[in-house]
Amino acid sequence: MGQRTPLYEQHVALGAKMVDFGGWDMPLHYGSQMEEHHQVRKDCGVFDVSHMTVVDVTGPQAQAYLQYLLANDVARLTTPGKALYSGMLNERGGVIDDLIVYLTDFGYRVVVNAATRDKDLAWMQQQVAKFDATLTERPELAMLAIQGPNARSKTAKLVSAARAEIITDLKPFQGLPEGEWFIARTGYTGEDGLEIMLPAADAQQLMTDLAGAGIPPAGLGARDTLRLEAGMNLYGQDMNEDISPLAANMGWTIAWEPAERDFIGRSVLEAQKAAGDQPKLVGLVLEERGVLRAHQVVRVDGLGEGEITSGSFSPTLGLSIALARVPAGTGERAEVEIRGKWLPVRVVAANFVRHGKALI
Amino acid sequence: MSNIPAELRYVESHEWLRLEADGTITVGITDHAQEALGDVVFVELPDVGAELEAGQEAGVVESVKAASDIYAPIAGEIVAVNEDLVDAPESVNSEPYDAWFFRIKPSNPDDYNELLDADGYREICENA
Repeated sequence: MGQRTPLYEQHVALGAKMVDFGGWDMPLHYGSQMEEHHQVRKDCGVFDVSHMTVVDVTGPQAQAYLQYLLANDVARLTTPGKALYSGMLNERGGVIDDLIVYLTDFGYRVVVNAATRDKDLAWMQQQVAKFDATLTERPELAMLAIQGPNARSKTAKLVSAARAEIITDLKPFQGLPEGEWFIARTGYTGEDGLEIMLPAADAQQLMTDLAGAGIPPAGLGARDTLRLEAGMNLYGQDMNEDISPLAANMGWTIAWEPAERDFIGRSVLEAQKAAGDQPKLVGLVLEERGVLRAHQVVRVDGLGEGEITSGSFSPTLGLSIALARVPAGTGERAEVEIRGKWLPVRVVAANFVRHGKALI
Repeated sequence: MSNIPAELRYVESHEWLRLEADGTITVGITDHAQEALGDVVFVELPDVGAELEAGQEAGVVESVKAASDIYAPIAGEIVAVNEDLVDAPESVNSEPYDAWFFRIKPSNPDDYNELLDADGYREICENA
């Protein structure tokens, strides 16, 4: 038996098919992954993401520590609650994890992946030793992601006036506290929405209130197809400790300036950038029938081979899409091997659907 | 509990079989199988005329989640395939016992009677 979130009993009561995810018993779907996907794109749905790891960073050198730990620069966070996405790299420039950092009144709040919790915390503890800063994990917090075009307006009707005001006023990629809650306008679906960190009992009540207001739950299955359509990486699949952020479509998360800021992996990334030798992560669209899947081989005429890192059927587009790591010079066409046959695919930017609209 | 019609035969790889009046056998995947797969989005059917051994790969069914092989549950020749399924793969979920994949002319018609009946198949599903 895996670890359970405070919402486990509710998932089971709602008919969820439970699966293991990084040591946690999590809902894969509650009947139809496809319907849950469409529900989020068209209206809104709620995901239990309580398995994710929340770590607060405090102390006089909290900023200096995170500036050294992360490839993105937390000094860019200048307004309260503002968040940024970053890779946490090893000395070889490989991605230990990807995460979100929020600027808070006590310091910073970092949210990392569940499956990587142990190694992330070990690495963060090891690096913090050189700084006057303290890490505090917050396992008592549950987290709900309410995602979709109507997520904020519908959720605002179910909470206190003070919380509703925050939900209404939040800027994208900003998170603010209210009592024991931390309410952020972030997500992993390519839609507007909220991620709310809150005490377990409050999460159970909010889940019930959301269901009562016609906001159904959505499982990890829909979460995966939504993030894939949005071109968002999944750790362990699209990047890992042996992959540079430059080869994972995360170049935009590396803060090269100021040049004097030293962060873990910096010298390796600079050498890679100068050499221009990194492959790139692109989007693929299969124009024929079939389904692209992780680890299928991609062939690029004259340049060599690449590999699909995430692939699925796209419920919004009605065809199969994928993320693939391919040679840097790859143009608009490639081929993918599916069960011994080479099928032509279109190469596109790794961003297929945003705010309900097809981008390809 | 999944639906397991009493008049059909089954194999452990979760295909159902129906004996037709002309002696051919219609094959599809069970309610239990479609439920485990989740939303079906793609099917690949065998070629008409193909001679298959029992247990040989005869096609593919893919859900959003995963790809799964379909096996010939009995040796014989493929005499028809359900082309409608290619355009409406979701019917495998909604009507698993109408959404047939192919028809096979068995090499040995007696093989059919050796296969699992509904009770035998139910036992397999319950112990899975």
